[in-house]
Order: sequence, then structure tokens, then C-alpha cells
Amino acid sequence: MERFSSPRDLDQARQSAAQSRQGRLTLSLCSGTGCLANRSRPVYEALIAELDKAGAADKVIVKRTGCHGFCERGPILVVYPQEICYLSVQPDDVAEIVAKTVLKGELVDRLLWKQAGKTFTRQSDIPFYSHQTRQVLAHNSLMDPADIDDYIGYDGYAALADVLANRTPQQVIDEIKRADLRGRGGGGFPAGVKWETTRNAADPVKYVIVNGDEGDPGAYMDRSVLEGAPHSVLEGLIIGAYAIGATAGFFYIRQEYPLALTNTLKAIEQAEARGLLGDNILGSPFSFHVKVHQGAGAFVSGESSALVSAIEGRVGEPRLKYIRQSVSGLFGKPTCLNNVETWANVPLIIRNGADWFRATGTEGSKGTKIFSLVGQVEHTGLVEVPMGTTLRQIIYDIGGGIKSGRKFKAVQTGGPSGGCIPEAHLDTPVDFDALTQLGSMMGSGGMIVMDESSCMVDVARYFVEFLKEESCGKCLPCREGIREMVTILNRITQGQGRPGDIAFLEDIAVLLSEAALCGLGTSAANPVISTLRYFRDEYEAHIHAKTCPAGVCKALIAYTIDAERCQGCGACAKQCPTKAITGEKKAAHRIDQKKCVKCGVCLDACPKKYRAVAKVSSVSVVPEAVQTA
Amino acid sequence: MADNITLTIDGHPVSADPSQTVLDAARSAGVAIPTLCHHKDLLPYGGCRLCLVELRQGKRSQLVASCGYYAKAGLEVHTRSPRVLRARKLVLEVLLALMPYSEEIRRLAHENEVTETRYQRTMHYCVLCGLCVRYCDEVKHTNCIGFVGRGVERNVAWVPPDRYDQTCRTCFECMSLCPTGVFPSNFGLAEV
Repeated sequence: MERFSSPRDLDQARQSAAQSRQGRLTLSLCSGTGCLANRSRPVYEALIAELDKAGAADKVIVKRTGCHGFCERGPILVVYPQEICYLSVQPDDVAEIVAKTVLKGELVDRLLWKQAGKTFTRQSDIPFYSHQTRQVLAHNSLMDPADIDDYIGYDGYAALADVLANRTPQQVIDEIKRADLRGRGGGGFPAGVKWETTRNAADPVKYVIVNGDEGDPGAYMDRSVLEGAPHSVLEGLIIGAYAIGATAGFFYIRQEYPLALTNTLKAIEQAEARGLLGDNILGSPFSFHVKVHQGAGAFVSGESSALVSAIEGRVGEPRLKYIRQSVSGLFGKPTCLNNVETWANVPLIIRNGADWFRATGTEGSKGTKIFSLVGQVEHTGLVEVPMGTTLRQIIYDIGGGIKSGRKFKAVQTGGPSGGCIPEAHLDTPVDFDALTQLGSMMGSGGMIVMDESSCMVDVARYFVEFLKEESCGKCLPCREGIREMVTILNRITQGQGRPGDIAFLEDIAVLLSEAALCGLGTSAANPVISTLRYFRDEYEAHIHAKTCPAGVCKALIAYTIDAERCQGCGACAKQCPTKAITGEKKAAHRIDQKKCVKCGVCLDACPKKYRAVAKVSSVSVVPEAVQTA
Repeated sequence: MADNITLTIDGHPVSADPSQTVLDAARSAGVAIPTLCHHKDLLPYGGCRLCLVELRQGKRSQLVASCGYYAKAGLEVHTRSPRVLRARKLVLEVLLALMPYSEEIRRLAHENEVTETRYQRTMHYCVLCGLCVRYCDEVKHTNCIGFVGRGVERNVAWVPPDRYDQTCRTCFECMSLCPTGVFPSNFGLAEV
């Protein structure tokens, strides 16, 4: 690989990369983790074989790209320049795609997106995409993450070249400050201010770190950025290092993200070979080296002081940090730590200017934010929207509303330490401050949508249970407080709740938020606090009436058969795994509550025309069930 | 040594060296702050959270672990404000459930009017204050014992297990540090 020794070399490479694209059909196949799980690799192999057979291999470029976002309908194949988007492509479909689209320019109608009676050809016209503003993810569906020249062809490293040739470090910091870029990892701390503090710290040795320890259940924003656009993160990091005056940097990537790790390592290797990283970058006096540190499976290592400890080779546990990392961080040196998405925004701001960045977003939160939209919505996937987009727009316009026509109940944002937001606040614009006011938080961008079939006490229990597993155990409030919260929530969901339990939960919440050592502990009670704030009646129903209004908590529900509706077809009895259902043929059946394990198979087995089986959670049925539990 | 600075603790001006923590400054001025995991020869740890104090700056108020927060000029520290006492009581309620037999914890609970605990009483011989582990590391540089496990599984253990025979038999210095009074007696039993 040729090494660039000046910005001119980079410019030439960009022109030739752009030229090689021209006039050729590009088949861009999503090879993010989601699509790989949906068998994107066999599709790729079929594509290569089929193109070979048709003798069209040299006329088209086949690219395995990062995540396209519409993960639910993967594997996704987009044909450029027309931007024809084929969804749920299987190896069997490939022959038809090559024969029709590649050779004749015709569409394969059955693989196109259809919604509300309309067929969508172009990817960006599909409602899931058309309501988004993809800036950070803009080139994710165009670029091969394993090919630096591809990135260069899309203006990659142009911002770095500009910075090294034309701007002083202070000018770079001023640009980032003027853009008002806030940390995408959750806290929303102004990145420019952090950079400046690190730059101004007395110690001449400074470090920059990419925090890629995304661990929230259901979240994969940083994962997709690292998998699909590792070079934009790396470029952002190098620019940051130049501005801050750092000579070494680290990527902290969790071990559970093998593809992100592979692509990042490859990106670093290629950038070094191209002279974009290492000594005298692009022929300038600036030198900067990067290492990758693999996480070892601890959620708490995403906390900055724990992450720094882990890179130092110690146990990834938070430390007392009354001195900022930007003054004394990694190995006691000034350290600037930003999240993956924050770094990925940096080249965009430098290339397009702070004003361009500020044009999107709200008063206090500029730019866009990536969310992973999951849960009970029609269309799940990775979405990027301007700050200030309302929750309703994200869930209904992009996500297509709640699955199977059920009613919306709550959306959980901010990961396990975030909170649940009810319908009444769906029109809140999503930004750092508005979500915090609602008792939740932006977090790194997880968004789990729940419908009426979710029990909020059970949801809180799930998240607190997760945090119990992930608490490091160093400080007493987090270790013992969370343990006790899990005990209480378990007993409430099992119908053993006691009158003082809500008050006790609230006291533990105070203990955690006031006395815990790190951010994981101080925010650990958020799932409980926010569900108590908006869904207190559900807690009370569990504790006092011993019912689960959503019909989720097994100890508080029962399945019954309506004797008048039951026709004695025996469908339920046949499928019952514990033989709890008895009855004569053509006569009403009965469920023995002592044998019933509440799996719900009978409810599904009962023919729609009879609808004799019902799930109930009321005082009259349940005491018996609770006693047997 | 840098010049002394002045901060206020519970409304009284206190002179301190900037290399002193708020806890040290308070104690040298005769202000009592309870601690379990603090030791003058060891680095600040911040695990027990008993030493929390309130810092006020205008309308802003913040709870910090005084064992790890360094004295600064003009700092306004409160060691017995309602916010501090509430957090301290909640911490002691946990401790009382974990080791109701520890004299030190019973005394602290009594002083802070914590008489009952709602937490499940589970037998614990260790509050994981880390004094023994840190002493073994920072003072003796032997690292015979360490923390193993995460969260509620966290425990103090010999790493590797045969370190006890190799080194501990001739040392035992960490035993007197244990704030629970249990570690020494356990050791005694093991020796018999």
C-alpha cells in the first residue's frame, strides 16, 4: 500500500477512488452483525458465483458494507447508482437479481419494500429511512469498512489533511466548541470543553481514548459505527489528538464485538500503511499512535475511571475521581475520553463547519443522534435522527407504530440506568436535557418500545437484575442496595409484596443516587424510580390486590376456560405440557390450577372461533394460585 | 509543602494543607466523620461511603467521599447536614443487616440513631472494605490476598490459594485492621 507523504497524495487517491466508481454498478450488501446473522455471507458467495457465471464480474463492484440500519429486514442489498433496495435477500434470490437487475436493469418487485399499498424502489424513500437524517451513518451503506481507499473516495481523511495543513490545535478546539458537540456516551458533556481542559493540563504527555464499551441491553449504535465506519472514528480520534496534543490513543472495544474489533484493527493497520497514522502524519510534524484494548466482559468498564483502570492492566473498577480525567487520567496523565459516536462526528464538523452541524438539533443539543429502535415496534433497526425529533416521530413515523396493533405503553431510553417514558410524554423532543427532565436519560441511545403486554414492575426487575450482575461490588450502596432491590422486586412480582415495599424501594433509590461511588451505582435506581413515577398503580396492584394488570407475572395470573364457550374440541388439552386440562370430548374442559405452569399454550391452541381460554389476573382467581406458588 | 489554605467545616474556618483530604482536615480540627474503609497509611478507596460530606457552592450541593476529596481554599463542607445524615443512616441500615454482631458497626448505628434494618439479614463476615487487601498490596507489596468475584459474589481470597502458607503465616499484620472484628477471630480458628 502506497504511503501518502503530503495532502496532495491523499487528494490524488481520492480522485482515483471516485473515478474507479464511475460508470460501474455497485452492489452493496449489508454485512453488519445483524445481516450476517440473517445469512448475508451465503448471499455474498452466491452473488460472486452468479456474477462470474453471467460474465458480469468486471462490470460491477460488490461491496460488503456496514450496517444499513433496517436490520429487521436483512440481509439488505442496495444497487447503486439507482439505489434500488432489496430486502430480506436470500441466496435463492441472487440469480434473479443478477439476471434482471444487473444484466437488464429491471426490478425484482417481490424484494422491494411495500407499505400502505405503495412499492418503494429507492432505499431513501422507504418511510423507515425517509424520516431519518443520516449524517454519521451516511456512508455506512456505501462503504466497504475493510477498504481505506473506499473511505478516502468519500472525502475520508480530508478533514484530517485540512486540520494538519491549515489549522492550529486551538482553532480545531474552537470549531468543536462552536459546534457545541456534546458527548454521545450518555452524559452529554461538551466535547470541546473536555478537549480544551486536557490540552491545557500541565503534563506534556496526554492520551485520547475511544470508549467502545457499549453494553446496554438492546443497544448497538457504537457497534455498528465501529463495524461500518471505523475510519471515521479513527479520523476523529487523530484530529482530536492533534487538537489536544496527545501522542498516543486507545480504542477500548468490548470483546463481545468481534467484527467491530476486526474492522478497527484493519482500519488502524491501513491508516498506518497510508501514512495517515504513526510518525509524521501526511508529512507533517505531527505523530500519533493508536492501540486497541479489548474489554473483558464488564459493563462497568464503560465508566470512564473503570475503563482507564482496565487499560492500565488493572481490574476494571471505578475509582474515586474528584480530579477530572482531563487533568489526571490514564497512567496519571491528562486523558480525553469520548464515545465512539462523538469521535465519528468530529470529521463531519471539521469538513462541513460548525455552522452546518449547529443547523440540526435543538437549543441545547446539536446534531443528530443514533438510536437503536427495538422492542414492540413494527420496524426495528438503527435510526439516526436530528436531536429534537419527538419520541412519537421515532416510534410511529420511522418505527411504523406498535406491533400487531396493540397499544403503546412506554419507551425505555438510556439503557439499564435510564427510565421508562409513558404515552403522555411521547411528544417530547428527544435531547439530552428533555429526557433527563422526564426521569430518564439519553444514555448512548438505546430505545426499547413496550406495549400494553409489558408489566412495568417486571421491566424494572429485569433491568435491576442486569445491574446486579454488572455491579463491580466495590462500594456498599451499589452492591447491597441493588441486591436488596432485586429481592424486593422479585417478591412483588411473585405476589409476595408487602405494604412497606414501595417506601423501602424509594429509600434504596436515595441510598444509591446519593451514596454510590460511580455513575453505574448512582443511576442504578432509575428503572425503579421512573416506573414508580409513571406506573405506581401497577406496583400497588401487585402488592395490595395481588394482580398483574398486564398479565405478565406468572404468580399473579391464571388461565381459565369459559365453560359456555368451550366446545370440548380438546385442542388445548392435547398441547398442555403438564396435562393440567381435563374434560370429556364435546364437553367443557377445565384447568387444574395446581398442575398449570402458566405457559399459555392453551390460550394459543384454542381455536379463534371459540376463544374459550382466557388469561386472568384478578383477586377471585389468583389467591389460590399464589398459595400454590 | 504548599501554603495552608482555609476552608469551612460546619461553619467553622479550618486551616489545612492542600495535600490533606477533607477527612484529614476535619479530623485534625476535631470534627468526627465515621469511616470503615479508611486508613491513614493507605490510598483513598471510597468503598464504605460512611465518610460522605456535603459540599455547598451557592445553590449547588454535592455529596462526596471526604476520604478522597482534597481540601481546597474556600470549600464549604457540611458533615452533619440533613442530606449527609440521611445518606449516612441509609448506609448504616445496610451495615446493620450485614453484621449486627460487629461492635464497631453497632456503635456507629447507635450514634446515628439507626436501630432497625429492613434489609434481609444475611450472614456476612466481611464488609469488603478492602483494608486487608490494600495493606497487603500498598504497604507490604506482597499481594497475597485480593478480591475475587464481581458484585454480590465479591470476596477476599488468597490468590493463588497457597499464598497463605508461603507468606501469611509470618505476617498477619492485616488482621488488626479489620473493622468488623471477625477476620482476626476467623484466623485464630484457622490456626488452631
